[in-house]
Amino acid sequence: MASVDLITSRAGTAVAAAALETAAGRQPGAITRIALIGNPNSGKSSLFNQLTGLNQKVGNFPGVTVDRKTGVAQITPGMRAEIIDLPGTYSLYPKSLDEKVITDLLYDKTSQQYPDFVVITADASNLRRNLLLFTQLADLGLPAVLALNMMDVAEQHGVKIDIQALQRELGVPVIPMNARKGIGVAALKIVMAQQLDAPAVQFYAPDEALLPMIRQIRYYFNLHNDYLALHYAHQYRQISFLSADDKAYIGELVEQYGFEPTPRQAQETIDRYARINDILLDTVSVTRTERKEPYSNRLDRVLTHRVWGYLIFFGVLFLMFQAVFAWASYPMDLIDEGIAFINSLIQTNFDGPLINLLTEGVLAGLGGVLMFVPQIALLFAFIAVLEETGYMARVTFMMDKIMRKFGLNGKSVVPLISGVACAVPAIMSARTIENWKDRIITIFVTPLMSCSARIPIYTVLIGLVVPDEPVLGIFNLRGIALMGLYLLGFFAAIFSALAMKLLLKTKERSYFIMEFPVYRWPRWKNVGITIVEKVKTFVFQAGKVIVAISVILWVLASFGPGDTLEKAEAQVRQQAVAQGTPAAEADMQVAAIRLENSYAGVFGRALEPGIRPLGFDWKIGIALLTSFAAREVFVGTISTIYSVGQDADMRTVQQKLALAKDVNGQPFFTTARSASLLVFYVFAMQCMSTLATTYRETKGWKWPLLQMFYMTGLAYFSALLVYQVLK
Amino acid sequence: MSARPAPALTTPRSVKDLGMGEAGTICCLKDPEMALKLLEMGCIPGTRIRLNSRAPLGCPITVMVGDGEDYTLSLRVTEAATILLKE
Repeated sequence: MASVDLITSRAGTAVAAAALETAAGRQPGAITRIALIGNPNSGKSSLFNQLTGLNQKVGNFPGVTVDRKTGVAQITPGMRAEIIDLPGTYSLYPKSLDEKVITDLLYDKTSQQYPDFVVITADASNLRRNLLLFTQLADLGLPAVLALNMMDVAEQHGVKIDIQALQRELGVPVIPMNARKGIGVAALKIVMAQQLDAPAVQFYAPDEALLPMIRQIRYYFNLHNDYLALHYAHQYRQISFLSADDKAYIGELVEQYGFEPTPRQAQETIDRYARINDILLDTVSVTRTERKEPYSNRLDRVLTHRVWGYLIFFGVLFLMFQAVFAWASYPMDLIDEGIAFINSLIQTNFDGPLINLLTEGVLAGLGGVLMFVPQIALLFAFIAVLEETGYMARVTFMMDKIMRKFGLNGKSVVPLISGVACAVPAIMSARTIENWKDRIITIFVTPLMSCSARIPIYTVLIGLVVPDEPVLGIFNLRGIALMGLYLLGFFAAIFSALAMKLLLKTKERSYFIMEFPVYRWPRWKNVGITIVEKVKTFVFQAGKVIVAISVILWVLASFGPGDTLEKAEAQVRQQAVAQGTPAAEADMQVAAIRLENSYAGVFGRALEPGIRPLGFDWKIGIALLTSFAAREVFVGTISTIYSVGQDADMRTVQQKLALAKDVNGQPFFTTARSASLLVFYVFAMQCMSTLATTYRETKGWKWPLLQMFYMTGLAYFSALLVYQVLK
Repeated sequence: MSARPAPALTTPRSVKDLGMGEAGTICCLKDPEMALKLLEMGCIPGTRIRLNSRAPLGCPITVMVGDGEDYTLSLRVTEAATILLKE
């Protein structure tokens, strides 16, 4: 430890002194824009958290930061800077959509978003590979600071870095740090407060033979250096801000000069490594510590074992489902009772149509949203821990060969497992899959994984038809039924993928070259931040829709065309008086007849002929209609339909459903009907947010529409089959 | 560099042919397109590479790259076959 510390502190003071000399030169008021960039797993996101303190996800799986994130950092008491967190990348030649975000930002100097300088994070224990990206960025002419992260790990590996020599060789300030613990952040801020110039050192010069072409591109687009012009020649097809004419211009030049991108790019990488080796020879010394097998390797021998590996993985999954089903029920009951209590409090003290709207519309809907917070929090806690520790990378490793048989990719496991929480972030995480076909298939089948919004439906219907019995002492029959539904969704997803593998054609090849992160303890603060963020998103995004639909539904269920409602009610009242029915029963009959004649009832009846073969009636028809935009509305709707005037609490809903009778006086929710309904909800695409995400991620309506028709069709015919067989 | 022809007659060994725990030195990368990715990830001709583990189903594999075994990469067997080794 001592040797590295010594070098560290010396460099720190030198840097601090330099900063004091130049800090005065900056104009006050103007906000500085700083981009944070580095290899995956180089501690970039940890540094972002240290600088901004803003909620942001840090993951151990390569490519968790799928989008550009920004935060504001207080650099000095008088200076604030906007920090842009870019996805992890190994070079400036993007291989995935994820990495394209970076070139889009750094190629356009005239853009409003163009950074004033970049902070490049590098893993000190693995400096050679990390410096590749650094030299490319420096050659783009961007003012830069090198944040030399994970100094503690480097030291453990016996790597000694002469910071001052490295600073001299690279021509930029170099700050040794340990971002996880916040060491070095103060020194970095002092450097960030300075007016930085473009790096003085050039690491790679394009081949002379290319200069005529490069110069033409450079002057045509008025670029500030040759290397940027070379990048235009390499990547003009993918640069989003170039017009079709611009692309055609570069295309002609490339043709005219016979420019071959692939060998040129390979040669550039080799030349850069040669230069980096020279630099490291003078600045880094390695004293071999005694050969000890890394603890990650020893752990892997168990966690990726051919038997134990899979058993442990399924154990983890099973634990997750038990947690969501069993453990979450305690806080859920509390929320449930709380809402019911508030509802009854309002209803006993006030009266009137607005109060009805509040209790039966708004509060009923709100209860339906808040109820699922514990389950969502638990699910995301599990997923966050799996990613943080590096275990998720092992899962992709173990599953790749199996997934490939189904047209997927080991990396598809992350979207598929995340899809169990919510399809929206899951589809976005598919960006790390480089291959187009693998990615499209993953996006297409991910919504078939049962997301957390399906939990309420599963819970209510399983509770209705599956007895609450222990199995083997520790498990619960309902928990097993729930796992069965998840498996059904999973198998639908992989077999749909298999079908698409055979249908889709592509020449592009599929890769699986990725860095294997070492195991680490999760940073609990990051897990906490993830949970809070996801729950907030659910409550505010999904919650808005659910509450709005609950209110609309209340209106539809409370009013009818013309005066049919009033007429029907009057008729029932007359009958009740004539037959001497007790007042309470008469009220229930009135409620039912009012619903039947309301707008909602009219919609449901119109739908009934189409869904009768599935065993559904017009009441379920209403629920299908309202849950078209967001499936989580189902339980709220059902509770409104079956218990208008009652609290929308789950056990009440279950009791009401259990009491519902068909025309012959038999219980309406038979096993066949419930199973048919469950299967329908496993498959149906009932989520506007997912469709919108697929649209955004595939840049068109083709895939979201196909997805919607495919899933709805699959749901309809599977439910039909289940009902007809079980009936 | 990338398409350098292999010495005639004998088929050159690749990372795919390494035994468990065995190390070799990268000679060249056979597939130009795959080479771009591998080079960026540090698989430069002249670098030491050691087979570290195989996935339960035999594919993908993990290799440790660099003289100090600085980091671990995972890749498929077909990808490993494009990394040729020095004799």
